[in-house]
Amino acid sequence: MLEISDLHVARGRSDVLQGLSLTAQPGAVTVILGPNGSGKSTLVQAASGALPYRGRIALQGHEIAKTPAWRLAALRAVLEQSNSVAFPFTVAEVVGMGLHAGIEADHPEIVSAALAEVGLSDLAHRPIQSLSGGQQARAHLARVRAQVWQPVSHAGPRWLLVDEPVASLDIAHQLEVMAILRRFADAGGGVVAVMHDLNLSAQLADEMVLMREGRIEAHGPPEAVMRGPILSRTYGCELQVGAAASDGLWVLPQFARPA
Amino acid sequence: MAMTSLALLVAIRSPCAPLRLGLIALLVIAAALSLGTGAAGVSLPQVLGQCLTGAEISTRDRVVLLDIRLPRLVMGLMVGAALAVAGAVMQGLFRNPLADPGIIGVGAGAGLGAVAMIVLSGFLPAAIAAFFGTWLVPVAAFGGAWTATLLLYRVASRSGQVSIATLLLAGIALAALAGALTGILTYLADDTQLRDLTFWGMGSLAGASDMKLLVGGLLIGPALILTPRLARGLNALALGEATAAHMGHDIERLKHRAVIGVAALAGAAVAMAGGIGFVGIVVPHLLRIAGGPDHKTLLVDAALLGAALLVLADLIARLVVAPAELPIGIVTAILGAPVFLWILIRRQGLGGV
Repeated sequence: MLEISDLHVARGRSDVLQGLSLTAQPGAVTVILGPNGSGKSTLVQAASGALPYRGRIALQGHEIAKTPAWRLAALRAVLEQSNSVAFPFTVAEVVGMGLHAGIEADHPEIVSAALAEVGLSDLAHRPIQSLSGGQQARAHLARVRAQVWQPVSHAGPRWLLVDEPVASLDIAHQLEVMAILRRFADAGGGVVAVMHDLNLSAQLADEMVLMREGRIEAHGPPEAVMRGPILSRTYGCELQVGAAASDGLWVLPQFARPA
Repeated sequence: MAMTSLALLVAIRSPCAPLRLGLIALLVIAAALSLGTGAAGVSLPQVLGQCLTGAEISTRDRVVLLDIRLPRLVMGLMVGAALAVAGAVMQGLFRNPLADPGIIGVGAGAGLGAVAMIVLSGFLPAAIAAFFGTWLVPVAAFGGAWTATLLLYRVASRSGQVSIATLLLAGIALAALAGALTGILTYLADDTQLRDLTFWGMGSLAGASDMKLLVGGLLIGPALILTPRLARGLNALALGEATAAHMGHDIERLKHRAVIGVAALAGAAVAMAGGIGFVGIVVPHLLRIAGGPDHKTLLVDAALLGAALLVLADLIARLVVAPAELPIGIVTAILGAPVFLWILIRRQGLGGV
């Protein structure tokens, strides 16, 4: 379980997060939504141990600020919004770094399995810098997956904290990445994902956390959060929500053509 | 040939890539050429032949080989390995293949420390000066290099990302400051010290004393053995500080160790041999092209290639104007600077610096 209570995170002089409390369960995908600057990324960065904070963040009972980096690395992997690699490491080498960070370092076959999962097996030995932006994003997802390959270890559920995992991908690859996150949660792992696309989020999320100005506006299953008035108020624009014929919900922004 | 046997040991322990074997062969050839070449005209094959047949080796030959050429060779191996590994570690730390102790002011910092000791040691109480003796200069150079590297890292890194533009500009400022302070010290220096300073600044492997080798070796040896332990951390650091931390690395500890390693290697090399540029940037770059960027192999290979290339550069320095010799820093600059420019041109294709 990821337990956050009375969390304050400062950036510069002002508090970006002001007394935020939240619980996320393993075995489910928790999607964090909100307008730009609402504190989504700050929340995930604090939960991954990258930012100093006041309050409490506990992942599987470990207080983040007091847990050494190597122990956290066995417990959770973090995919950041943007990733760059300084030297011409191959794709397989980068994924291998993720593997060595976890507890399955003596299973090198996980590297090829992780690459197969994101569909990059053919590019394993190419320098990662020579790949397209979308391919690089998938390679970094493979690295993160390799770090917590088994969603549940002997010590309990493991976690994926991912910040905009589908941002740079085409629609087919967005769905593939969502499927990877879904499978991880279904196998018992915990997933916390920052997303921008409301429609994709509605299909991925078990729990939705809607943030605005460092606070939680709404929290619950998609049916409870994906409501026109709530979304319109949070994002500050007209958003219409409907039920899809297949299943689930869709969001349609109401574009007011300038007169 | 302690260095060579150490190299062989490393090669046997790790899975032998052809690259590693080639580097060892190059190192052995460079060492043999260096031992066999010199103004005195003592021939290495001839002396070795005399050794094998049990014939008497003349005192002159023995003195030339063991007391003149061997210390110089050992110093070249040590300084070359130290400069190349310092460059590789620094590039890993700064996440940029253009970082080099000589270019971004660390060499200047080390130089300031060393010059300060050469000039000011006369002002120290005689007891202290006598106690530290030859140690003063390398230790002061280490201190200067360490301070410069720390300062650079503080100035050039913002929330875990190092800006290469800031780094280079800060390096220029730092080198200018160290140069100005060195200038003041030069002004204070007497005639003998002035001569020492001038030649020292251009770099030279001449004047390798046993004491110099011992003191330098005590800084360089442990640093060469310990830096490969940073390899996994430096690899992770290529993905950025935050990501490396997420992958379980203690970033602050890694940075501290890397900075101390760079300072020990660059500081000792500068103290022993003066200003020798471009080894730290050219050697790791060539190795990344030949064998990839993995620091687990890069740091060991850099020691081998750096040692071999510096010994060869010293050979050139001794041969071109024989029986006089060029300062080796001039040779490495003439050979290294064009390679540096070539790296810059190549990088523009990859989106610039």
